Amino acid sequence: MSLRWFTFSAPSRFVRLCARLNPWLWALAVVLALVALYIGFFVAPTDATQGDAYRIIFIHVPAAWMSMVVYLAMAFWAAVGWSMNTRMASMLAQGLAPTGALMAFIALWTGAFWGRPAWGAWWVWDARLTSELILLFLYLGYMALKSSIDDEVRGDKASALLAIIGAINVPIIYFSVRWWNTLHQGATISLTAAPKMAHTMLLAMLLMTFAFWAYAFAMAFARASAIALERERHTLWARQWAAGEAITAEGEQ
Amino acid sequence: MNWSSAAAFFDMGGYGLYVWGAYAVTLLVMLVEPWWVRRRQRQALRDVATPPLQE
Repeated sequence: MSLRWFTFSAPSRFVRLCARLNPWLWALAVVLALVALYIGFFVAPTDATQGDAYRIIFIHVPAAWMSMVVYLAMAFWAAVGWSMNTRMASMLAQGLAPTGALMAFIALWTGAFWGRPAWGAWWVWDARLTSELILLFLYLGYMALKSSIDDEVRGDKASALLAIIGAINVPIIYFSVRWWNTLHQGATISLTAAPKMAHTMLLAMLLMTFAFWAYAFAMAFARASAIALERERHTLWARQWAAGEAITAEGEQ
Repeated sequence: MNWSSAAAFFDMGGYGLYVWGAYAVTLLVMLVEPWWVRRRQRQALRDVATPPLQE
């Protein structure tokens, strides 16, 4: 059996696949988010110790998880692009970076708005918070490095190196609450222990995680498609694709 | 049902500022990013048809 591993490494096929997938990813993100919000605000009970401030968890934890998952995906595709010379993999890594940075920003922002009522401080230099801030800077550094190098292939390689080295920060974030005495609370759910929260709370949080996941995929795919068109604007496939899009746009009017 | 009135809902047990401050910014970010990416896609399609002058 021959698996066609590299089918979607051709930008033309990748762009077509994304255009087909994205409406579904969008619909999934919106529906899941609405259900999660309904359960999170109208079904899940008020927390006994934190009152209603805890409801920030329904976006805080999904954003924090996605900021780490997207980083690993970005480092993985950057490494694939570098080692196998598949340019679409590098473009996908580049497409993931801004979405990951926004996820890290959301995690930090919602964390501040939760830390203020829970700890009395918007920010503390705690191991969890500090390593998440470093993650945001790694994303920004990756984007800055990529855009500062005019030669696309050299830029791909240099930024891939940064992404791969920076991946060491992800386990540091994840285990920070165990390795150090942090003000940040420990893991709410883990694979080895029963969740320390009500079922409805957990359900809302997981549904929102899937919504964020679909959102992040849709964004990364759309951005990577745009990058592919920018970088390959002189190729035949790009011209054909743009012509096809123009016909579709006319048909809608 | 957790809330006796719309006012109680918006008050969030006294934590309204924090809960809505967190949600509002998240929503804003998730509306701005798709708009931003959509614009980039359209620009990319236009540039394929008519490449920018500096090339």
